[in-house]
Formats: sequence, structure tokens, C-alpha cells
Amino acid sequence: MSETVRLTVNGLAVEGSPAPRRSLADFLREDLRLTGTHVGCEHGVCGACTVLVDGRTARSCLLFAVQLAGAHVTTIEGLTPAEGLSPLQAAFRDCHGLQCGFCTPGMIVTAHELLAENPAPTSEVIRDAISGNLCMCTGYVNIVRAIDEAARRLRDGAR
Amino acid sequence: MKPAAFSYERARNVDEAISALARDPDAKILAGGQSLVPMMNMRLARPSRLVDLNGIRELAAIAAAADGGLTLGAMVRHTELTTSSLVRERAPLIAAAAAHIGHRAIRNRGTLGGSIAHADPAAELPAVLLALDATIVVAGPAGRRRFAAGAFFVGLLTTELAQDEIVVGVEIPPSPPGWGFAELTRRAGDFAIAGVAGVLGHDGLARLAGFGVDDRPIRLRGAEAALASGDARAAGAAAAGEAHPADDVHASAEYRRHLVSVLTEAVVNDARERLAHAHGGARAASEAAAR
Repeated sequence: MSETVRLTVNGLAVEGSPAPRRSLADFLREDLRLTGTHVGCEHGVCGACTVLVDGRTARSCLLFAVQLAGAHVTTIEGLTPAEGLSPLQAAFRDCHGLQCGFCTPGMIVTAHELLAENPAPTSEVIRDAISGNLCMCTGYVNIVRAIDEAARRLRDGAR
Repeated sequence: MKPAAFSYERARNVDEAISALARDPDAKILAGGQSLVPMMNMRLARPSRLVDLNGIRELAAIAAAADGGLTLGAMVRHTELTTSSLVRERAPLIAAAAAHIGHRAIRNRGTLGGSIAHADPAAELPAVLLALDATIVVAGPAGRRRFAAGAFFVGLLTTELAQDEIVVGVEIPPSPPGWGFAELTRRAGDFAIAGVAGVLGHDGLARLAGFGVDDRPIRLRGAEAALASGDARAAGAAAAGEAHPADDVHASAEYRRHLVSVLTEAVVNDARERLAHAHGGARAASEAAAR
């Protein structure tokens, strides 16, 4: 028997009865149909499934949905405004920070945590922050540039 | 890449966790899950039951000890170790070492107790605990047991922990003022190919520990002894002689021995610099007080 789990996802109360082995990533994608969170390696290496759990980045492939009773989960959908793009998303578009787009949700969530803590990261700090997120298109230079640009826009008051 | 089915139990306190383990010999503790869950997803581990410690608040405590040391709960996460002002002040070696573990998203979940119980020979924190002469506290049906860190790690992924026991915390004695940490990884966040952590005190005290250089973290006692009479390079040479690294896809044993020597020298030099700085600072303060 699976117990009922209640949690908050992108500000909305949700509940489900996932089997214990259901990862948070699969719970988000399959049960809640929030397919913005991507699933790559399923063992915590690629970073594509990164979400925020209680405000901090976590690999959603390394968490089980049953663990998250009472937690606040934020996915890429929750970081996207109702209209248009967030400053980070807009900077990724403007700087060609994505090619195939598979790594992008994890990159944006990771960069979101970085910029929330450090509004003016050096390029070295940005590189270290995204070192756990793999881009198979190898578009790292433009990703670093996009995060730097987003930081600049946020410092200038972009919302 | 999906784990085999298991049952799940959220422990509300340490006693519940221990009794859950006692009821099911194939049960596993779930702490941060950053090593266990990848192994489950790859079906290298197939526990029948996971006993989740994440709801036990007392295990997440960071507390100052009366002797100037620290007590750290098993569920303290690596991000806490890197950011806690108490840890940075009282055990800066732990804060520095924890920053090298995985990536931020991993450090946000991974725990001190998990790193200890998993006992990867290339993990940072077990070696740091040896260098700091820490005590590891475990709890089981018969009560609590305390181990010197150096006696707890007994082999590859193997510790003194019994199946029905859990790591509950660590006691860190007051840290000597000189400390150093160095590791080599191929990429940021990887497990180290080899690493060294060490502390130096004003009274000639020296404790050095190596990781990734044997089947468990090891004290580099030959290097410590060499420091008493020789220079940092002599300590490095001694360290290379007492490491027993393995050949693997990442590096040859010979290269690892070379690394232990270089890293030991670097750690000793860093620790000596901090020690001299702390000594100078203390002298300046006492001179200022005398004026």
C-alpha cells in the first residue's frame, strides 16, 4: 500500500500516492505532467533533473516522492513567469545559451540558486556552479555568458 | 535505471530507526541518498526497506562543545558544513573539505553521517575526521558506542557499524590552529584520485590523513614523524611510502603515491603558514594587551 503524500509544487498543494520507488523526477513528469524537469542519467551525474527542494537545488532522480511530505518543490515551470521569460531565461535565449535544450531546465534552476546567493559571480564562480550540469551540445561558453548577462540584468533591476 | 521495489518508513526518532533495522536485516538507512540512491537506481543495491532519517531533527544539530570543540549530528548536510559559522570558526578544516564534495545540489542533500557510514576510501570527510582525532558515535539496540575515527573505518566501504546500528553524530575536539587540505580530481566534484588533510599545533602536534590512497582513509604516521625532524618534503616522501593505493582506470598506483607525496608537502606548508599566522596574531594580541 502506498501512503498519501502531500507537498507543495510551484506554490500549489498537490497530493499523490506514489510507490516508494517513484523518484521525484518521475512523480513530477509522469504523475503531475510537469515535463519541464528532464531526466538524463538517473544517477545524479548529469544535473538535468535539478529542482529546488525547500529553496535549495537537489537532484530529483535521487529523491523519492514519498520523502517529500510537507516539502516545497519548485521546478522550471515554477521559475517561469505567467507571461514571457524570466531574466535568466531571456538571457539564455539572447546569448544562445541553449542548443538542444535538454540541459537547460537544470542549468536555469542551478543558476537561479547561484544568483540568489551571489548577485555578481565571477566567470570562475559560474563555471564552478554549473560543473555538475552536463551539456551534451558542449555549449558551456554561451551558458556561462548567459548567466553572467542575467546577473548583470538582475543587478540593473530586471524582474 | 529504476530501483527495485522497496518499502519505506519514516523514522521519527533514533529508537524507531534502530528497531526498524532490527526487524528487517535487508533494510537500509536513507540519509542524504546521494550514494545509496544511485546504487539503487543501477540495481547495485536492492534494500527491502528504506528507513528515512530526514525527519529526525535532533540528528541535524550543530553544537558548540564546552571544551572548544564541536558536536555534529549525522544528518548535518555538507552545505551546512561549508556555511555554518560555528563549523568555520571551530573546525575550518571540515568546512574547507566539505566544499570539495560533489556539486552544490549534491552537498545540499548529502550528509556527514552518510559519508561516514558509506566509507568510500576516496571520500573527504572520513579522512578529515582522522586528522581531527574525532569520535564517531553510533546507536543500536544495546545503546551507544563511541569509536575513535581511526578505529572505525576497517576496509573498502566497511566500518565497525553493525547492521542494526546507525551513525548518530561526531564529536570534534578543539582544532589545532594550523590546518591544510589538498586533493586532486580530474573534474570539479569528482571523488579524489588522492587527497591529504592535516593539522599542526604549536606544541609540535601533527596529524595527517590520506584518502584515495588505500582501501580506507589512513593516518600518515610516518609523515607525521618525519615532520618532527625534517622538512615538508621529507614528510611527503614518508607519506608516499606508507600509502597503498590501487591501480584503476583513473590513475596508476605509482601516480597516486607520487600525488600523496606532493599533496602532503602542500598540506604541511599550508598548515605551517596558518599556524605561524595564528601564532603571530596571538602574540600581537598579547603585546597589545600588555601595552
